[in-house]
Amino acid sequence: MSTQIQFHDLTLGYDRHPAVHHLSGEIAQGALLAVVGPNGAGKSTLLRGIVGVLKPLAGRIDFRGLDPSDIAYVPQTNDIDRSFPISVFDFVGTGLWRSKGLFGGIGKHEQKQIGEALAIVSLEGFENRAIGTLSGGQMQRMLFARVLVQDARAIVLDEPFNAIDAKTSADLVAILRRWHSEKRTVVAALHDINLVRSYFPETLLLARSAVAWGSTSQALTNENLLAAQQLCEAFDDDASLCTDAAPSKAA
Amino acid sequence: MIYNLLIAPFADLDFMRRALVGVIVLAFGVAPVGVFLMLRRMSLMGDAMSHAILPGVAAAFLLSGLNRIAMTIGGLIAGLAVAVLSGVVARSTQMKEDASLAVFYLVSLALGVSIVSAHGTSLDLLEMLFGNIRALDDQALLVIAFNTTVSLAMLAVIYRPLVIECVDPIFLSTMGRAGGVAHIAFLALVVINLISAYLALGTLLAVGLMILPAAIAKFWSRDISGMILIAIGSAVVSGYAGLVASVQTGVPAGPAIVLAAGAIYFLSLLFGSAGGVLRSIAPGRHLKA
Repeated sequence: MSTQIQFHDLTLGYDRHPAVHHLSGEIAQGALLAVVGPNGAGKSTLLRGIVGVLKPLAGRIDFRGLDPSDIAYVPQTNDIDRSFPISVFDFVGTGLWRSKGLFGGIGKHEQKQIGEALAIVSLEGFENRAIGTLSGGQMQRMLFARVLVQDARAIVLDEPFNAIDAKTSADLVAILRRWHSEKRTVVAALHDINLVRSYFPETLLLARSAVAWGSTSQALTNENLLAAQQLCEAFDDDASLCTDAAPSKAA
Repeated sequence: MIYNLLIAPFADLDFMRRALVGVIVLAFGVAPVGVFLMLRRMSLMGDAMSHAILPGVAAAFLLSGLNRIAMTIGGLIAGLAVAVLSGVVARSTQMKEDASLAVFYLVSLALGVSIVSAHGTSLDLLEMLFGNIRALDDQALLVIAFNTTVSLAMLAVIYRPLVIECVDPIFLSTMGRAGGVAHIAFLALVVINLISAYLALGTLLAVGLMILPAAIAKFWSRDISGMILIAIGSAVVSGYAGLVASVQTGVPAGPAIVLAAGAIYFLSLLFGSAGGVLRSIAPGRHLKA
């Protein structure tokens, strides 16, 4: 399959401190890739880099046949103002922003589209509820519904199953697999190793640099997981300038 | 009797008719903007911005005398400069928007007061601080009407990205520049409306008709379009009631209008159907599901 997203010696971070360091590698079109690593490994940072919220400190990301704004992004829910007075229907409808813009009408067709997305995530009957009244699991279902409406060719999810019960996780994993079967590229940061082993063919094990990147069974060995745990040190305020030219090897 | 109280002042007195027209038109511009300010937790930012327009107004006043159009343009430039600069600083550095705004508005307030006290009289300063809604001339009315028209049209254009930017800013930022543009346009709307409000109520009370109606609306609706309608309605009612009270009691019109809005706010706080105090003390029996 052809490469869709390619990292060239990519360094992402905050205030000149790298959180993702010298990462090279590529994501194929239609890949179902899990990004795994300890807290502070740079998983969220990498995803923020992919969707363009964070600019690289060095290196670059190339997109082949894909505009960064074609990528649907599900951030960690706490970024959303849940006290804002907007209904579930309208919120899911914001997924049409790219096709509808400022004035595009939400007609019968779009209403049906939104209704179907809500049905797929089992939120029928919630159309007129304010988003602030949803539980954590329902909130996550709603975010998945918006991605369905966006009809994006690549989907990036940041710890989508955090604090979500087993039933909801199972339903949402089914949607991930549906996207995969539709040849959409899916990249998800995850903590649940068992879930990754069961459903994700490909894994990037990240600890600021790539510890391993390849088929899940080869990447997630106990050896590699231990190495990832040890590599993840804290920011050093007095760190010297990085002159390391050699990119970390992707498997 | 009721005619004498509620209608006669406007039927008999030309300046009262002007004040009424001014405050009603003003309400349609400022109230919707106030609702968004409140929902974005930027109510105090509105207050800061109302001080930020002062140096521009003061400079124009010195150069052109009491020319409302010049004062409007001066205020617009000063306000937009502060809004845009603080927005740019907040977006491109680690500085948070409220802190960077505070820096810019304090500097421009100090500048404004320096300009006025160096060259104007204390009467000028008084009118700048508290306005004089009962002395609205044609020019001032036209400026208010123009600003409200522009404001409503602009709000219609940026409504969608503004709502999305409020509820989920990251979503828009992955979709291009619309969020940033909507944010800057919204700051411009705030400034335009503050100038209208400044002409009627002065720099210290300008935000009154912006924030109080929005706060009132929050107690009666859980839906953004409902909030906007209620905010406009309560701004109009406060304006009318304030003018009537001002005629009857001799209290200056500006403070009377803000006090009327304050009275409606406290009633809403007690009796509001969406989170009012009485509702939370006695919510009624719980439902089945």
